[in-house]
Amino acid sequence: MKFAVIVFPGSNCDHDAFHAVKDVLGQGAEFVWHKETDLRGADVVILPGGFSHGDYLRTGAIARFSPVMNAVKSFAATGGPVLGICNGFQILLEAGLLPGAMLRNRDLKFHCEHVHVRVEQTDTPFTLACGPKQVLRIPIAHGEGNYFTSQEELRRLEQNRQIVFRYVNAAGVVTDDANPNGSLESIAGICSEGRNVVGLMPHPERACELAVGSADGLVMFESVVSALAQGTLTGAERASA
Amino acid sequence: MRARVFVTLKPSVFDPQGRTIVDALHSLGYGGVEDVRQGKYFELELAAESSDKARSLASEVADKLLANPVIESYRIEVMDSRDTQI
Repeated sequence: MKFAVIVFPGSNCDHDAFHAVKDVLGQGAEFVWHKETDLRGADVVILPGGFSHGDYLRTGAIARFSPVMNAVKSFAATGGPVLGICNGFQILLEAGLLPGAMLRNRDLKFHCEHVHVRVEQTDTPFTLACGPKQVLRIPIAHGEGNYFTSQEELRRLEQNRQIVFRYVNAAGVVTDDANPNGSLESIAGICSEGRNVVGLMPHPERACELAVGSADGLVMFESVVSALAQGTLTGAERASA
Repeated sequence: MRARVFVTLKPSVFDPQGRTIVDALHSLGYGGVEDVRQGKYFELELAAESSDKARSLASEVADKLLANPVIESYRIEVMDSRDTQI
């Protein structure tokens, strides 16, 4: 199985994602520079964290126009699994592959800490192996992770069960104190209507080995490997063919 | 031609930076400042023959890149070479 890790100028979690997939999970992984126009037959696409284009203008606003994003859009349209982590999530929002936008954290501070997130939906390729309402302890590192969308869009997200992760306390309960950035409805991650595009602010790739404090993030990468192996991704086969 | 583009958060969107600035002003004794909304300001130099064309070009780039319609709105002012608003 081959993972493409997209590299934008300013990506800085590309190597963490590559390490998690290749060294921890034992799957194939390749870096794909943002100027490239095809994904080299990848089965899964990861948009990693970082500060693409220096976060100038708005986070992800310039990266969305990178040539590789056309290939990512086509891949997503055919059902291929796409994971956007932190800045990768922000890029997916700016590109319109996921709904909503990011505001500055409500306290204007950059938060770099471990948080707890609850898995709200297990029928996405990246949460398939999670238990219902499973609580994962994974780190965040962002200044603009305050998820916002219109009330109308929020209703749609709820109706379509597109809210995949919420910030919770260690007991798995949504509280205002457990919300590190002021995100609407404590939203930490969402998926597309087709469920194959998932974006989240926390960094599962930085929580794949106990040596770094938590291995709770690994289940997300294991999930997509199972999803592809089971062929539960309609169209993913087409995308990788 | 020159265009000025002012991008601001929509009224319904919480502006943590504006809130922090207004709190700072209050602590400096400026209780008369009731609210602050922070935004972005762009000056565009445009190759356009008419103010209409300049406005439409500025509006196109604002829609495409300068503003995010989910959270922001914008206002455009078109100027001639002597910086007179037209």
